[in-house]
Amino acid sequence: MLDGVARRVMLSMTVSCILLLLLMIAMLAYRARPILEVASLSDLLFSAAWKPMKGQFGLLAYIAGTLWVTGVAVIVAVPVSLLTAIFLAEYAHKRFSSVVCTLVDILAGIPSVVYGVWGMLVIVPLIKDRIAPMFGVESAGFSVLAGGLVLAIMITPLIINVSVEVFRCVPDELREASLSLGATKWQTCKYVVLRKALPGILAANMLGLARAFGETMAVLMVAGNVARLPTSVFSPAYPLPALIANNYGEMMSIPMYDSALLLAALVLLGVVMIFSLVSRFVLMRFEERAR
Amino acid sequence: MNARRIEETVARILMYAATFSVLCCLVLIVGTVLVRGLPALTLDMITHTPEGGYYIGRGGGVLNAILGSLFLTAGATVIAIVISLPVALYINVYARRGSRLASLARLALDVLWGVPSIVYGAFGFLLMMAFGMRASMLGGMITVAVLVFPVMARGMDEVIRMVPHELMEASYALGATRFETAFKVVVRQALPGILSAVLIAFGRGIGDAASVLFTAGFTDSLPFSLLEPAATLPLAIFFQLGSPLPEVQARAYASALILTGLILVISLAVRFLTRRYSRQTIS
Amino acid sequence: MQYRTHISARDLTVRYGDVTAIKNVSIDIPDKAITAIIGPSGCGKSTLLRSFNRLLETVDGISVTGQVLVDGENIYDPGADVTAIRRKMGLLSQKPAPLPMSIYDNVAYGPRIHGQRGRAELDRIVEHYLKTASLWDEVKDRLREPASRLSIGQQQRLCLARGLAVEPAIVLADEPTSALDPRSSQHVEDRFQFLKDRYTIIVVTHILRQARRLADYVMFMYLGELVEHGPSREVFENPREELTREYIKGVIS
Repeated sequence: MLDGVARRVMLSMTVSCILLLLLMIAMLAYRARPILEVASLSDLLFSAAWKPMKGQFGLLAYIAGTLWVTGVAVIVAVPVSLLTAIFLAEYAHKRFSSVVCTLVDILAGIPSVVYGVWGMLVIVPLIKDRIAPMFGVESAGFSVLAGGLVLAIMITPLIINVSVEVFRCVPDELREASLSLGATKWQTCKYVVLRKALPGILAANMLGLARAFGETMAVLMVAGNVARLPTSVFSPAYPLPALIANNYGEMMSIPMYDSALLLAALVLLGVVMIFSLVSRFVLMRFEERAR
Repeated sequence: MNARRIEETVARILMYAATFSVLCCLVLIVGTVLVRGLPALTLDMITHTPEGGYYIGRGGGVLNAILGSLFLTAGATVIAIVISLPVALYINVYARRGSRLASLARLALDVLWGVPSIVYGAFGFLLMMAFGMRASMLGGMITVAVLVFPVMARGMDEVIRMVPHELMEASYALGATRFETAFKVVVRQALPGILSAVLIAFGRGIGDAASVLFTAGFTDSLPFSLLEPAATLPLAIFFQLGSPLPEVQARAYASALILTGLILVISLAVRFLTRRYSRQTIS
Repeated sequence: MQYRTHISARDLTVRYGDVTAIKNVSIDIPDKAITAIIGPSGCGKSTLLRSFNRLLETVDGISVTGQVLVDGENIYDPGADVTAIRRKMGLLSQKPAPLPMSIYDNVAYGPRIHGQRGRAELDRIVEHYLKTASLWDEVKDRLREPASRLSIGQQQRLCLARGLAVEPAIVLADEPTSALDPRSSQHVEDRFQFLKDRYTIIVVTHILRQARRLADYVMFMYLGELVEHGPSREVFENPREELTREYIKGVIS
């Protein structure tokens, strides 16, 4: 009797977890609808005119800001985390590798505000005083590059963790086969392990990308928040999440403002969701096949 | 032949460099926060609330934010446990092996885990508006609970999955119902792992700023009511950092140090638990 | 004995942490013949086989002492070139392990990593060794397909072709037929008979009948120790040790 009730309660909780995602989309979409009635989606996404007082809500500058920052983060994070993951999974001694994995986990646990503080204290001055002058550019330091670098450090642990798991799923027989033919360790990694692990590694990097795409506080603190299309990595950017975070409180007085911001949130959710769905799906398949 | 050896060496050097730089980042971050935060970390910081003129450099501390964060996250964690544990148990004990629902639930949790916290913040705010609530500790708790429960549920799922099937069968053989098996045998067996999942979720919750930004609000007084706004550490850091006064900024660093310290303690506790846990399962 | 020695082990001991997997094994393995390593599972047969091409050291926490001489050179010498040593030996594992690439690329993998780039030459090598492994007729029209689409038996022969393509002198086979159906097993055994005039073949097997059919020379391992070794006929017909006799009769397994 109790067992039956418990089963039904637990089942409904499990189902509601799955439905939660749909509920989020539905609520955001419902609240974003008013603005879609007065302007078309493509106008909103591809216009850079953001003048809330005049009722113009072009999100392009923010979308571009997000893309720039995410792009820099991915370009920096992917090679570093891939090399580290190969090292930890293939080369390093087990004990060493477990110590490093612990440290990587700690890095992953550091709150984004702290990353932001660190970015302001270290990365921003570094760009302002060293890196930008090196390229002969004037920069306040609060820039796409600063946001990208801080994000890169934030997503690296995630990519490393997932990639190491993926490499561990590659059967040892393949490594043995390649080594026994006289391949060097690196050749084995490059031609066999990486090739076998490719779908999983791509998925790991997509997860990192999705994380970077939606990260708010750290980027908000170092990217400069100027709503203009960035022209180089040294120009400031105003990513979507920062837009929401900075303006959500005061939006009530201006008509359509909240609707526009919730549309931004919806876009964010949609993109991140698609990326994580695809990569999780790939990873699931990959791990099942490896078992 | 020699080219192969050179390539191997170059690859190794690059790998060392990459691993080293990742570790350097950790040291650098913790080091920076320590160096800049320690000088401003006074006893007042952790025992006082902001006094009048705190934000222009007068006396006080961030006790409001420390307690606010601890209370809020503790509440959120409790709510998240109530959601996560049944879900994790359901997909492992009740659902059949290889069940569609179980893999769908795992996928959904993984995707929810990746949803940006700012979206949770916006969602939580919409929920609160729908119920006519204003920014309050309770609102923050609920939002943070929704934010952390996927992490927690997946963490629990991973350890409960490891519980040997024979153990469950032995329990059924003794005439126990699935409910009894789930809560008495499985939970007990996986307890250290479950606790570490709870701690990981707590760590994620206490560090998150974007989700509490509109839902919990901010206040200078101590958080004693669920329906009043509550201060949180991440937001305290954020707001103090926004000040142009170096004294106030220094307090932001000190607050960041407090938060980092809390997180590190949690990480170490998780390590301790998982290590003990894996030792138990091997023997 | 009419055979020349190809590989010899001298006081070879292998430890995994506290466990001694191989204890003080000394043996001379004859050239251009099939040697079977037999013994119950967990007796160190595979470990011994893997110590011959230094694949053991890919596992953490393993230590090897003693010597293994291949063509008179100690492969555990600190200055030894591991890749050159491994190249001298093809390995067939229990479960066929086709690399995640096409049939053609599987066979060409070895020559390519050793610097062979010529298209025509690679074509020739691939064809030649696929024929040697008697797989050519079955796959010649589908060389570009992923190797994973082949049947298990075909995969194992592909692995054989791949191993031979680096022109080794030795073939190491670790229970090469245990995952295969009887017909595929027969196929692989045939290939071994065909190759034994040109290669030194070492087969680990727990199937006594297979050892009897194939081997010229037999080593019997028990709990990490080499109990008895000698020409196949002698060991099977007239074992010197009680333990060997019991194993062959099926008393212990």
